[in-house]
Amino acid sequence: MKWDEFFVTGEPMIYAAMVSIVVVSLAIPIALTYFKKWNWLWTNWLTTVDHKKIGVMYILAALLMLFRGGVDALLMRAQTAVPDNGLLDGQHYNEIFTTHGVIMILFMAMPFIIGLMNVVIPLQIGARDVAFPRLNAVSFWLFFSGAMLFNISFVIGGSPDAGWSAYFPLASLEFSPTVGNNYYAIALQIAGIGTLLTGINFLVTILKMRAPGMTLMKMPMFTWSVLITNVIIVFAFPVLTVALALMTLDRQFGTQFFAMQSGGMDMLWANLFWVWGHPEVYIVVLPAFGIYSEIISAFARKNLYGYKSMVVSMVAISLLSFVVWAHHFYTMGHGVMVNSVFSITTMAIAIPTGVKIFNWLFTLRKGKISFTTPMLYSLAFIPIFTIGGVTGVMLAMASADYQYHNTMFLVAHFHYVLIPGTVFAVIAGFHFWFPKVFGFRLNEKLGKWAFWFITVSFNVTFFPLFILGLNGMTRRMYTYSESTGYGALNMVSMVGALGLTVGFIILVYNIYYSVRYSPRDTNGDPWDARSLEWSTHSPVPEYNFALIPTVDRLDAHWFSKKEGKPLATGKYEPIHMPNNSGVPIIMGAAFFFWGFFMVFSWWIPAIVFGVVILGTLAYRTFEKDHGHYISVEEIERTEKALRGEQHEN
Amino acid sequence: MKQLFPAQHVMGFLFSLLLSLVALVAVLFDLSFAAGMTILVVTALVQAGLQLFLFMHVKENAESKTLYLNILYALFVGLVTIFGTLFAMRWGYMVK
Ligand code: HEM
Ligand SMILES: [Cu+2]
Repeated sequence: MKWDEFFVTGEPMIYAAMVSIVVVSLAIPIALTYFKKWNWLWTNWLTTVDHKKIGVMYILAALLMLFRGGVDALLMRAQTAVPDNGLLDGQHYNEIFTTHGVIMILFMAMPFIIGLMNVVIPLQIGARDVAFPRLNAVSFWLFFSGAMLFNISFVIGGSPDAGWSAYFPLASLEFSPTVGNNYYAIALQIAGIGTLLTGINFLVTILKMRAPGMTLMKMPMFTWSVLITNVIIVFAFPVLTVALALMTLDRQFGTQFFAMQSGGMDMLWANLFWVWGHPEVYIVVLPAFGIYSEIISAFARKNLYGYKSMVVSMVAISLLSFVVWAHHFYTMGHGVMVNSVFSITTMAIAIPTGVKIFNWLFTLRKGKISFTTPMLYSLAFIPIFTIGGVTGVMLAMASADYQYHNTMFLVAHFHYVLIPGTVFAVIAGFHFWFPKVFGFRLNEKLGKWAFWFITVSFNVTFFPLFILGLNGMTRRMYTYSESTGYGALNMVSMVGALGLTVGFIILVYNIYYSVRYSPRDTNGDPWDARSLEWSTHSPVPEYNFALIPTVDRLDAHWFSKKEGKPLATGKYEPIHMPNNSGVPIIMGAAFFFWGFFMVFSWWIPAIVFGVVILGTLAYRTFEKDHGHYISVEEIERTEKALRGEQHEN
Repeated sequence: MKQLFPAQHVMGFLFSLLLSLVALVAVLFDLSFAAGMTILVVTALVQAGLQLFLFMHVKENAESKTLYLNILYALFVGLVTIFGTLFAMRWGYMVK
């Protein structure tokens, strides 16, 4: 590596990005020092092991990444809005669709979902934290350092440019000689380990820490969906870990696993990538199904229709999700037998998914529906996602896929699944659970404006792509000539993308507006909802529940309100809580620097930081930390304050 | 004293070392591919069972049903990944 290649040069947009990065990274410490907030930040946030705060940090990071991925998307749409455009060159376009894909899936959708999981799951099962709070903080900091590492690639060294799927041989050292794909392999590796730890943590939490009486079949549907998601995480992510390690070995240590000669096999990467990749799409979509189930039953004021069939269909989806991966490369040389088998398994997934759609519809039937913002997203999800699903079945037919493969039709399809299936869900969940965390609701009027902008513009952006794809426009194409006739529809799509931008800006503005003007809510249950998280105060105290509730049926909180019977009785006892720790963030930082030096193959500093990582592990092994107790007096004081009563002394 | 000495575990430990040594036979001697593979597969399976039941206490757990289910799921995913890959990338690849 020559030093003049270290920083990416020659691009005005990148210079602007560098300037803004420098400004922001100076502004933050200066502001913190000026307002004397360092201590507050460190003790309340950076070292926290509280699942609610970790969840909030995940969601903040996800919103930041949504912005980054969104800017990428806008640039791509702007470039292709008119024929023969020169806004971006081919190389730059390649880098942008790659970072857009990776960031949206791994650094936006995943952390947003994991963030909601963190905030909601312990509350929903009546627990005081997750099973391994310290590990939870480690998960967050590993995700965060992976995300930051990936993001600096566009100013230092250059971004990966072989697509979010990074197919070999294109992603090999021979065809992608810059460090871009090293960033891909190492940043995803670090974030992936964090996700794997989350998977284990939540699996144990849900299996072991449910409130007394809450059997598996009395769990709220979101908890069920998260349980199944984490099973998939635990079994799918190791495949990614191995595949990325082989990629690093190939690119930096001279092995030939994915080479085209010496017994290597380039297609094996695509195979391993999708063995992880298809379950991954269910990892981001199943929790969304759970969120919709909660919201739809809360605002239809009815219990969820077909609870058992919902669970069974999610289990079926989790198994099927592991046997369909080859549908991503039907056209790459498989025989009829392979393609037929994977066609059939893929179409089979439509069945349990269809069951769920009908269950939601039946839940709505004869319900007293209140059209709140989260409910609007949930209602819009059903028809839009169905379009995504139906085009998915079209793509599932191997012989027809020879027509659709790698066209804009595919791009339209997966955005029609991912955006209603994940983005709408996390936004809906964000609006729904926001008052639980902060004690006031987001403004409904602004929320609805954002909703209409986002939903309408989404269709304007992506529906034209179905037609463009059928007309032959391929994906990842940075420009086209006027004679192709693609211009008009691409321009329509650009207009839609601008509308989406307006929608997201209103959404973010709504957060600011509501912080300032929203009335605070008083009873912890502003939506009059059904599951346990609504039975404690908002904002939730550190210990979640002063007394652990006892559950005797699904929607126990709802019935306790109807029947006027409290869920928990008895006297307060001292509550044991875990201590904060600075080790996870130090570990995250060490991983960041280790990763950075690995990317550039600077072995000595990489080894040094590798030793630091091992050091943090060793420190933890010998650390004596028994947590702390919250005294009865303090619980009483907190509870009183949260109920709005005055202090006595 | 007899109860304190973990005889079962020491035996198990020695046995697992023995299994590893037997597995070495596959590379140390000039066996046919089939014979070598058989030795490896058999010793690996016995080894895995030993670890799970003796050292990871699968049976002693109150919720062993969950654990068996988990192992079953793991087997499913593992076998599907291996044989699915062979199916997609070897047996059914570049054929008419
Ligand atoms: C918010 C509005 C969005 C817009 C306007 C948008 C637009 C685009 C465009 C123009 C492409 C490239 C098409 C091509 O030339 O091949 C693309 C690719 C992609 N998008 Fe989006 N997108 C958006 C949101 C999302 C979200 C939320 C996700 C995931 C959760 C996502 C995941 C992807 C992926 C995985 C690719 C493929 C990248 C690749 O080819 O390697 N996008 N998107
Ligand atoms: Cu797939």
